[in-house]
Amino acid sequence: MNILSIANVSKHYGDYQALSDITIEVPTGSIYGLLGPNGAGKTSLIRIINQITAPDSGQVFFNGKPLAPHHVTKIGYLPEERGLYRKMEVGEQALYLAQLKGLSKAEAKKRLKYWFEKFDITSWWGKKVEELSKGMAQKVQFIVTVLHEPELLIFDEPFSGFDPINTNLIKAEIQELNKKGASIIFSTHRMESVEEICEHIALIHQSKKILEGRVDAIRKQYSNNTFEIGFSQPLTALSQLPENIDAQLSADGTKGVFALPESLTPNDLLPLLLPQAQIVSMREVIPSVNDIFIQAVGGSSVE
Amino acid sequence: MSTLSLIIKREFLTRVKKKSFLVITLLGPILLATLMIAPALIATLPDDNRTIMVLDQPGILNYDKGSEKLALKYADPKTIDLEKAKELFQESEHYALLYIPSGSGFDPDFFATKISLFGKKDISITVENQLRDLLKTNIENEKLKIAGVDPEVIAQNKTKVSIKTINLSDKEESVSFTPVKMALGYISGFFIYFFIFFYAGQVMRGVIEEKTNRIVEVIISSVKPRQLMLGKITGIGLVGLVQFLIWVVLSGVIYLLASTVFLKEKFDTAALAQQDSLDAVGMDKGMEIMNALLAIDWPIILGSFLFFFLGGYLLYSALFAAIGSAVDNETDSQQFMLPITIPLIVAILVTLRVIENPDGALAFWFSIFPLTSPIVMMVRIPFGVPLWELGLSVILLLLAFYGVTALAAKIYRVGILMYGKKVTYKELYKWLRFKS
Repeated sequence: MNILSIANVSKHYGDYQALSDITIEVPTGSIYGLLGPNGAGKTSLIRIINQITAPDSGQVFFNGKPLAPHHVTKIGYLPEERGLYRKMEVGEQALYLAQLKGLSKAEAKKRLKYWFEKFDITSWWGKKVEELSKGMAQKVQFIVTVLHEPELLIFDEPFSGFDPINTNLIKAEIQELNKKGASIIFSTHRMESVEEICEHIALIHQSKKILEGRVDAIRKQYSNNTFEIGFSQPLTALSQLPENIDAQLSADGTKGVFALPESLTPNDLLPLLLPQAQIVSMREVIPSVNDIFIQAVGGSSVE
Repeated sequence: MSTLSLIIKREFLTRVKKKSFLVITLLGPILLATLMIAPALIATLPDDNRTIMVLDQPGILNYDKGSEKLALKYADPKTIDLEKAKELFQESEHYALLYIPSGSGFDPDFFATKISLFGKKDISITVENQLRDLLKTNIENEKLKIAGVDPEVIAQNKTKVSIKTINLSDKEESVSFTPVKMALGYISGFFIYFFIFFYAGQVMRGVIEEKTNRIVEVIISSVKPRQLMLGKITGIGLVGLVQFLIWVVLSGVIYLLASTVFLKEKFDTAALAQQDSLDAVGMDKGMEIMNALLAIDWPIILGSFLFFFLGGYLLYSALFAAIGSAVDNETDSQQFMLPITIPLIVAILVTLRVIENPDGALAFWFSIFPLTSPIVMMVRIPFGVPLWELGLSVILLLLAFYGVTALAAKIYRVGILMYGKKVTYKELYKWLRFKS
């Protein structure tokens, strides 16, 4: 079962094509990475999921049903451009935003009490947002995003502007929410920041989806039979290697990276090296999502 | 509670709870009441009693004693010359020294040009004017005598004319009193103008605030942009209505209190004093104002005031909201404000002409055009407007409101998500054509 199915969605603004024929499946309970450089169309897609804008064509399904206005209460959204009313008190503001998401006042109060105690920020209730530091305001922002216990949480560039301590705190909270059953979508251009927590990813480039799937499967697909081998003694040169093996020694000579043709396996490589050096380690070089992206778009710049 | 009412409630409460709201709401009526009472209070303040020393060589003032407030004391021109008079004046407590030299013969025109007034410091313009009037009358009388005319005859010829205007268009003949209608029309027109500027401006600032605080996207992931816009406009409109009602009630209370407690005595004595001096015409005037006020069709006036008050506000606040959404800060809003404020300013300028001629073509067209009708129509209504014109104006305003809100909402929903972009008119036009 997929919590979100995006089917052939296109969107343009004037002459600008923001999304072309995007199809994406977000499995229920997964942590999903929506990756791509700035301007690729990620935010446009997220705004369609949040029903802030409508697609020109294509459809979005939430739990198998066409997206409808009442679904906003099942989605929590932390936009890239985020903030709070600066002149409004923290507690009052959190209550207001929670009620807009369909919670009753009493229920919102109860849940806010839980979260405020959890983050140890109960004393901020009567403070105005402008009196809080940026990090403090971010905590409040996170709470109002997740307070209505949405089935789907969408974070657009979640870690931009967060300090490292808050980043780790929020990451941990998000993973806990995921364990409790919430599906998560991360949208970011900083691919390295989410690759270790996302199970699924989709890569978007210039309004088009260029890749989608489980991270491990994609990596396997993009791993190019390359291995890194460590030696006990520095080597100055390698000899007796066939031409179809691309070998690169590290500067200090203690490591070598070997790209094998499809016809060969590490078992074929090792006998050739054994006479030359003492081998202490060997691992497969798995491409990072960033590498995969660059490879997929044909070497054009990511940033 | 529906999301729309939640938004209205927040917009209303955050503004009403502000200290500035309390201050303006309380100070407003005090200021208004002060404006009403101050002239009465000032009129009852005793003026300083001043004595003027006069050296009247030709005797043209006939030893007029002056008034209580401006007494005239005469130096004997036979024994005292100007130098001596100046000395005496310096030693005295008198306010000023008036010197009328005599020429070779008795020539009033010569006196009129040679009079001087000496003071120890700058002489008040009121005193100077009073003295000038006194001298003028006396010199003119002398000239009449020389020409062989008895000044008494001239005085008897002066006549006060009072015309009673009666409006025949009503079923009953009613005494109409144009100044009352002018005041009523102008005040309500101006109030609507002020209300539109003040509160529609607040709508714009509210929209800009949501944009600069970056909260708008958080909110429109829960509610439709149109709802947010309408909720804001409604909430702020309610603030305005509440403020207006408080003003009306408080002003009335303060005025009543002040006039009964503080001014009662003075009014009583003033009224007694006036009774003597006022002639029958003056008494009639008070009655006429009362009659005119009673003859005015209050249900129509109040009903239209409420309608044009709200209609004008709603129309303009939708436009102001669209502007607010398109810019990043208030300074950038200027270029878009201009074309919208021009009709408002034109309306208030036209008002002066409309008051003089409330049934003219100018009055008609400006009271039909929706961007000026809330102000101009209100100015016309106290004079009586044909029902079909009023109806046409109302319908056009409603249609304009519907159309303008639809357009404004289109700009708004695109604009609130645009950051850091200098927006042009061309851009706005493009936004109108985006699919929602």
